[in-house]
Amino acid sequence: MSAVTMSEQGEAPRLGMWVFLASEFLFFGGLLLAYVYARSHWPEGFAQAGSHTHVVLGTLNTALLLTSSAVIAVAVACAEDYRRWSRRLLWVTFVLGLAFLAVKGLEYWKEWGEHLVPGPDFALHAPGAELFFLLYFLLTGVHTVHMLAGLVVVGTLAGRGAREATHVEVGALYWHFVDIVWIFLYPLLYLVGRAS
Amino acid sequence: MSYLDEGHTIKSWLTSTDHKRIAILYAISISVFFFVGGAAATLIRLELATPAGDLVSHDTYNRLFTAHGVIMVWLFLIPSIPSVFGNFLLPLMIGAKDLAFPRLNLLSWYLYVAGGVLVLCALAAGGVDTGWTFYTPYSTMFSNGYVVLTLFGVFVTGFSSILTGLNFIVTVHHLRMPGMGWFRLPLFIWAIYATSLILVLATPVLAMTTLLLVAERLWHIGVFDPALGGDPILFQHLFWFYSHPAVYIMVLPAMGVASEIIPCFARQRIFGYRFMAYAILGIASIGFLVWGHHMFVSGQSMAASMVFSLLSFLVAIPSAIKVFNWTATLYKGSLRFEAPMLYALGFVGLFMIGGLTGLFLASLALDVHLTDTYFVVSHFHYIMVGGTVMAYFGALHFWWPKVTGKLVPDLWARIAAVLIFLGFNFTFFPQYLLGVAGMPRRYHQYPPQFQVLHLLSSAGAVVLAIGYLLPLFYLAWSLRYGQRASANPWDARGLEWETSSPPPTHNFTHPPQLPERVYDYDPTSPRAVAQ
Ligand code: HEM
Ligand SMILES: [Cu+2]
Repeated sequence: MSAVTMSEQGEAPRLGMWVFLASEFLFFGGLLLAYVYARSHWPEGFAQAGSHTHVVLGTLNTALLLTSSAVIAVAVACAEDYRRWSRRLLWVTFVLGLAFLAVKGLEYWKEWGEHLVPGPDFALHAPGAELFFLLYFLLTGVHTVHMLAGLVVVGTLAGRGAREATHVEVGALYWHFVDIVWIFLYPLLYLVGRAS
Repeated sequence: MSYLDEGHTIKSWLTSTDHKRIAILYAISISVFFFVGGAAATLIRLELATPAGDLVSHDTYNRLFTAHGVIMVWLFLIPSIPSVFGNFLLPLMIGAKDLAFPRLNLLSWYLYVAGGVLVLCALAAGGVDTGWTFYTPYSTMFSNGYVVLTLFGVFVTGFSSILTGLNFIVTVHHLRMPGMGWFRLPLFIWAIYATSLILVLATPVLAMTTLLLVAERLWHIGVFDPALGGDPILFQHLFWFYSHPAVYIMVLPAMGVASEIIPCFARQRIFGYRFMAYAILGIASIGFLVWGHHMFVSGQSMAASMVFSLLSFLVAIPSAIKVFNWTATLYKGSLRFEAPMLYALGFVGLFMIGGLTGLFLASLALDVHLTDTYFVVSHFHYIMVGGTVMAYFGALHFWWPKVTGKLVPDLWARIAAVLIFLGFNFTFFPQYLLGVAGMPRRYHQYPPQFQVLHLLSSAGAVVLAIGYLLPLFYLAWSLRYGQRASANPWDARGLEWETSSPPPTHNFTHPPQLPERVYDYDPTSPRAVAQ
């Protein structure tokens, strides 16, 4: 980054991340619109399919992610003056993220066994149920891709040790975003189907 | 030492993070796509010279206009002015050494090329017949073309768009030289900035739409196909939520170019600078709210159609402000008509016709008659070709001395500009008449009463093609034999003219002098031509 002068080193990546997140917001926005629309179109099918998601695993994952977000927030706070602690906390975040992916993998594996993956031998018959699961896999799939990217970011920061506190902050911004997306997905995919 | 001498190997170009070199990489690659897309257009116009479908089959014809549309929209127009001239000029115009994220910039180019190659592969394998709009359920359930591969290419170039936009936004915010406030930015920078906002906020929706489309096509689950319980209107909403703002991705940078060229050749400060800047932002934001005007006959509710119609009329206000202000800039100026000015004036006129006919289409009752006819085809070509391509050529001639250090032979350049302007109108004006008479778009044969107008259009296309090919020769000639250009051959204002032509690798050998005010031209003092 030859062009960036010293005082701008922190600012440019921070703004860059915010702009990127604005873009990310619209990635999920498109999919969520499709979800909302399809749900209003097929309320019964969505309710039935929604009650087949694994709410215990989903809740566990929500807890894991929220904890990881709290941890990385502390890592940001420590980044300036307590760099060793900051790195340790980044490793904790990393491990929590890995645990999330492990649980998610288990969930996918179970759903595969229960014929909940859209395809010729899909288990549910209510109209719209298959569409629910298509959107479920797309939404959680795109989220998982973001988790993987987040793990690379957090892992790099933890492993190399960030040269600058703002780098930790920028990485954490991304991690929080991935979390916030999940905060929307969790009720939409796991809870509303059970409430109705 | 100029940036061009920084290295002469292919590798030194393909690994360069210098924004100026990346701009040239873009220029070369989009030119390739421009000529591939143009070849498809040539075949289309040849087929339409006679009423019978005698040159190509209807299936081939569908593949031709789809290839033409996909290539021209995503591989030429979207990256054209932003990625080439935005890249080259943005740091120069704000007195910076490079963009905020130079390596990301290079990555954007590789993504663009990768997407483009995927589209070309799809084309070589047999192509797609859905039209550039990929309407469902045809594209998901019936088309036998390479829909998935093509969309994958579009998806990948989308990331190039997003990263470029992000880079430009951060650069404008953080790398302006000291003292350069927002209202001292050249309007070209304002235009690139607003375009970047659209790139960042609209493109992701297209990406997710293609994902849903591909899912329906591969797994046959009804997202969009009504026979499977989906809704095709959902597709249209998602698609146009991107694709209407995308038309402003194409035309805003062109407006930026015109705002640089016209004051320089009128020796006059741009009229209403602040209004011009606000109009750019206004167009970019209202542009997000009008997508439903593409869906007047889709069965969307009448209430929605009326709102979309009203909002579309609103976009015309900032667009008209711009046209008025360009015109007012000419008033009492001391005009010179060198090639860049001819292109810029051509842009203003053709954009105006395109915009006005947009208002016809935004009127509900009229659109029912005109939708899916040649009137629409003509409308968007007036803006995208008459507007954007014209301005692209204007920019090419205006900044060519800066980019290459060589002057363009002006007589040839003027001949080409006039040929393009005449050829363009000759090609596309008859299409308005065809549309009003009821000729539908996307057919390879037609009733004989339309032949005269179609033949005129095809003949015009020949003139237009010659106009487009000419610069290829004289620009190449100028690279070798052209006169050396001084730092500021047009006696223009703007920081990019403060450095040598071509600029050194780090853009400025000593910090440029920030002028008192932007566009500081004086019509009473004759132009100093120091070549
Ligand atoms: C004053 C501003 C404009 C207005 C009011 C306007 C209005 C419209 C309307 C109502 C349509 C739909 C016609 C139909 O399908 O029946 C349309 C189509 C179109 N417009 Fe515009 N337009 C404007 C500016 C632009 C600009 C700036 C561009 C491109 C740079 C553009 C490109 C297009 C394209 C590509 C289509 C056709 C899409 C397709 O069906 O393939 N328009 N316009
Ligand atoms: Cu539109």
